[in-house]
Amino acid sequence: MKLDSMYQDIILDHYRHPHGKGLRDGDAEVHHVNPTCGDEITLRVKLDGEKVVDISYESQGCSISQASASVLNDLVVGQSVDEAMKVQETFLELMQSKGRLEPDEAMEEVLEDAVAFAGVSKYPARVKCALLSWMAWKDATAKALSEAPVPNEEGA
Amino acid sequence: MTQLQGLLDTEAIRKDFPILDRLVHDGKKIVYLDNAATSQKPRQVLDALNEYYERHNANVHRGVHVLAEEATALYEGARDKVAAFINAPSRDEVIFTKNASESLNLVANMLGWADEPYRVDRDTEIVITEMEHHSNIVPWQLLAQRTGAKLKWFGLTDDGRLDISNIDRVITEKTKIVSFVLVSNILGTVNPVEEIVRRAQDVGALVLIDASQAAPHMVLDVQSLGADFVAFTGHKMCGPTGIGVLWGRQELLEDLPPFLGGGEMIETVSMHSSTYAPAPHKFEAGTPPIAQAVGLGAAVDYLSSLGMDSIAAHEHAITEYAVKRLLEVPDLRIIGPGTAEDRGAAISFTLGDIHPHDVGQVLDEQGIAVRVGHHCARPVCLRYGIPATTRASFYLYSTPAEVDALIDGLEHVRNFFG
Ligand SMILES: Cc1ncc(COP(=O)(O)O)c(C=O)c1O
Repeated sequence: MKLDSMYQDIILDHYRHPHGKGLRDGDAEVHHVNPTCGDEITLRVKLDGEKVVDISYESQGCSISQASASVLNDLVVGQSVDEAMKVQETFLELMQSKGRLEPDEAMEEVLEDAVAFAGVSKYPARVKCALLSWMAWKDATAKALSEAPVPNEEGA
Repeated sequence: MTQLQGLLDTEAIRKDFPILDRLVHDGKKIVYLDNAATSQKPRQVLDALNEYYERHNANVHRGVHVLAEEATALYEGARDKVAAFINAPSRDEVIFTKNASESLNLVANMLGWADEPYRVDRDTEIVITEMEHHSNIVPWQLLAQRTGAKLKWFGLTDDGRLDISNIDRVITEKTKIVSFVLVSNILGTVNPVEEIVRRAQDVGALVLIDASQAAPHMVLDVQSLGADFVAFTGHKMCGPTGIGVLWGRQELLEDLPPFLGGGEMIETVSMHSSTYAPAPHKFEAGTPPIAQAVGLGAAVDYLSSLGMDSIAAHEHAITEYAVKRLLEVPDLRIIGPGTAEDRGAAISFTLGDIHPHDVGQVLDEQGIAVRVGHHCARPVCLRYGIPATTRASFYLYSTPAEVDALIDGLEHVRNFFG
């Protein structure tokens, strides 16, 4: 059945047992909504220099948006901001592929569990759900970086 | 087969709606339960559109050639049909717009630019309700922000009705306009027109009724409603998209200023100033949606041939059955009145903690089309502490078997996410 290509077990697992959910200390916070369906997320990032040390979030929404936030937390925490941005871009590429992209090994290596979202990209109405937390994270990270005190000789 | 009293002959009716035979997702017959968003169109309406374009197309008014005369007669003929359909005292009280949203915005802008005694400005108040469609909230927020008027509203009771217990405090001597929905698109509630109109009249406020979810489903008689303006939209009542209606009392339409300027709405124009055509043309700037108006005229003919009373009776029976069956589904909570009394055929619900988006997706896979989200009435979701709902909405071609399909579909949803 076609539905199974969207609701992969990995996605349903993340949905039922989200990783890293809840709001914790962070350097920047954003609130994003998906106006068409009312999915919402409040997301905080905590950076240590160039490293993403935490992504915490409170969210409300469908299985796809919930699972996607959980996968984001899994994949990105512990990475450098640069690496994490690459993951984000790869995920974006997959989600914008309209189901026409068959993830190759290189992509699977970058995206791990997130390749399970390939099936979602066939459903235009749901792509935004999958991207909600990722866009919020990108926004929060930009905010954290721009608000970070400019490193000076002694400080950095 | 379930036997209900008062049903229309849906077997015959469904033959008029070619789209209802559509097969989706590998051969499943579509079960279309998204009628509150837009209705399907009968062949009679599609034929009228086609015939207009194939035989009569021209711009309306002032043309002296045969096509222009035919197009004008058809366009103005549609106005006559709509006027009769809503029992308007005069055809000149029927303004064609692009949809209900434009009709509602038009009134807000008329009042913002009007002279006394209609003018909405600082020290005056606008009254709406918490169950309005965004189209009947945002125009008033804009007007309030631009004029300094105060926006007030009626709240809701726990069972999805309007709370008008404080009506004398909400509608006051300062109120200039009361604008409310006759039938809610999210809760299904049918609101108490008489009490609200009486109070508004007592304080000299105008009344605008959003009849978008009423015109398709019940007898709409603007004279017995007693309001000053009534707005609705063509595409929910078997008509095409791109056509809406604003009915307004003649003396008001004469007094109130135009909003959009352009061709069609003028009498004379010089470089310094213009004078305006009488209503309704004063409010119809530019080339109107001609074919769409003709299509709406055909839709009104279609509805009248079935009889609005019969349509209402049909939908009442279906709604009663649907409410009963839905309440049998474990963990299902209806958001709105839990009975078919004083309620329309749109039924919103939540299903345990399964998100409506997921409910809708799994139903779609079975060929069942419902709407999920906040249905352009987000304040209602906030009021009931839910992010969104799933909404099934029925129409004159809906059958008990389609209600059964929905119930089976929901069982499948529960298993899928269980
Ligand atoms: C109660 C109500 N008011 C207004 C509207 C707006 O109609 P339209 O989008 O055609 O302007 C709708 C339809 O969505 C509605 O249900």
